Amino acid sequence: MATETKGAEAAESAVGMPQLDFATFPNQIFWLLVTLVVIYFILSRVALPRIAAVLAERQGTITNDLAAAEELKKKAEEAEEAYNQALADARAEAHRIVGEAKAEMQAELDAATAKADAEISAKAAESEKAIGEIRAGAMDAIKDVAREAAAEIVSTLGLKADQKAIDKAVTAKLKG
Amino acid sequence: MATEAQGEAGGLAIHPMDQFIVKPLLGDGPVGMFTITNVTLWLFLAILAVVGLMVIGTSRRAIIPSRSQSVAEMAYGFIYKMVEDVAGKDGLKFFPYIMTLFLFIVFANFLGLIPMSFTTTSHIAVTAVLAALVFLTVTILGFVKNGASFLGLFWVSSAPLALRPILAIIELISYFVRPVSHSIRLAGNVMAGHAVIKVFAGFAAVAWVAPASILAISAVYALEVLVAFIQAYVFTILTCVYLKDALHPHH
Repeated sequence: MATETKGAEAAESAVGMPQLDFATFPNQIFWLLVTLVVIYFILSRVALPRIAAVLAERQGTITNDLAAAEELKKKAEEAEEAYNQALADARAEAHRIVGEAKAEMQAELDAATAKADAEISAKAAESEKAIGEIRAGAMDAIKDVAREAAAEIVSTLGLKADQKAIDKAVTAKLKG
Repeated sequence: MATEAQGEAGGLAIHPMDQFIVKPLLGDGPVGMFTITNVTLWLFLAILAVVGLMVIGTSRRAIIPSRSQSVAEMAYGFIYKMVEDVAGKDGLKFFPYIMTLFLFIVFANFLGLIPMSFTTTSHIAVTAVLAALVFLTVTILGFVKNGASFLGLFWVSSAPLALRPILAIIELISYFVRPVSHSIRLAGNVMAGHAVIKVFAGFAAVAWVAPASILAISAVYALEVLVAFIQAYVFTILTCVYLKDALHPHH
């Protein structure tokens, strides 16, 4: 029993380096070559082409997206340009309309001013004429009053008033 | 039984190399060439991991990738760029081959970091085969592509004429040492880290050392996580460098 355990122990615990136990070499080399061949075929047939395809696809997607983004950017720039153009046009149009309106208003104003001036001068002339008439009327009335007053004074003094002499005298006095 | 008890009582039972023993998975017996062993199991798990990441992870072929798909794409881009940058455009024919090496080593290293697992890349037999495959590929490719002018790799035309034969011998030796260093670097790094973790784990049996031991295990484990990736990276980029030598042998 003791020897048996000893033998088992010797098998279980390594004497020196198990790496240098040449008896196990064929086994290790055989299974290693099997492993390498299996991994090589898995990688070269399945894994690596798949990953290469995924990476290429991703690269393609990124390139496409970038191109699309470039396109959209261009479009946006174009839209902005169009917008600016429209804005400038609108501004010019507005300027034109404002100018036109101003000119129109100026013309209207001028016309109205001229009309008003004409009316004012007409009214002034009319008024002057009326004043003249009134003044003339007043002069006649003064003459009449002066004549009557002179005749009255003369008659009150008991003299026989000569109408013609009175008129003459009054006119002469008024001319003064 | 008596000896075992004695052994246990006599001191710490530290067997740092036990984790590397190749043994049949089912029952006992000799390890023949086709025996299903723990090596077989962990190699198979490495295949599963590769399939899980690279095939199942990318199965949706999404334009906007899921997490697993981004990791797979990142690994793809990482190695693709490495091959393109180091070996040149004509090296891209060998991209699936180099990707196989990289993914296998990465997954074997990381699966080996699972406690109680078996680390296939800690075995010189495994890494020697990987390195020998690279060496043979590169050498055969060099001669097929360049013919005898591939030997120009050893004839440093930029050096003074008198030095060239000496340099040629040095270059020749370094060329043949390449697969050795290529394989031992990987196996040595992985094995040493795992053995150190086991040694610290053995010390943890003593109560008053245990906290320090656990701290040390954590630290070495963190280092091993780095090493697991870096060694895979180093192995792959050296493969690319050798490939470049084969494709463009003139300095």
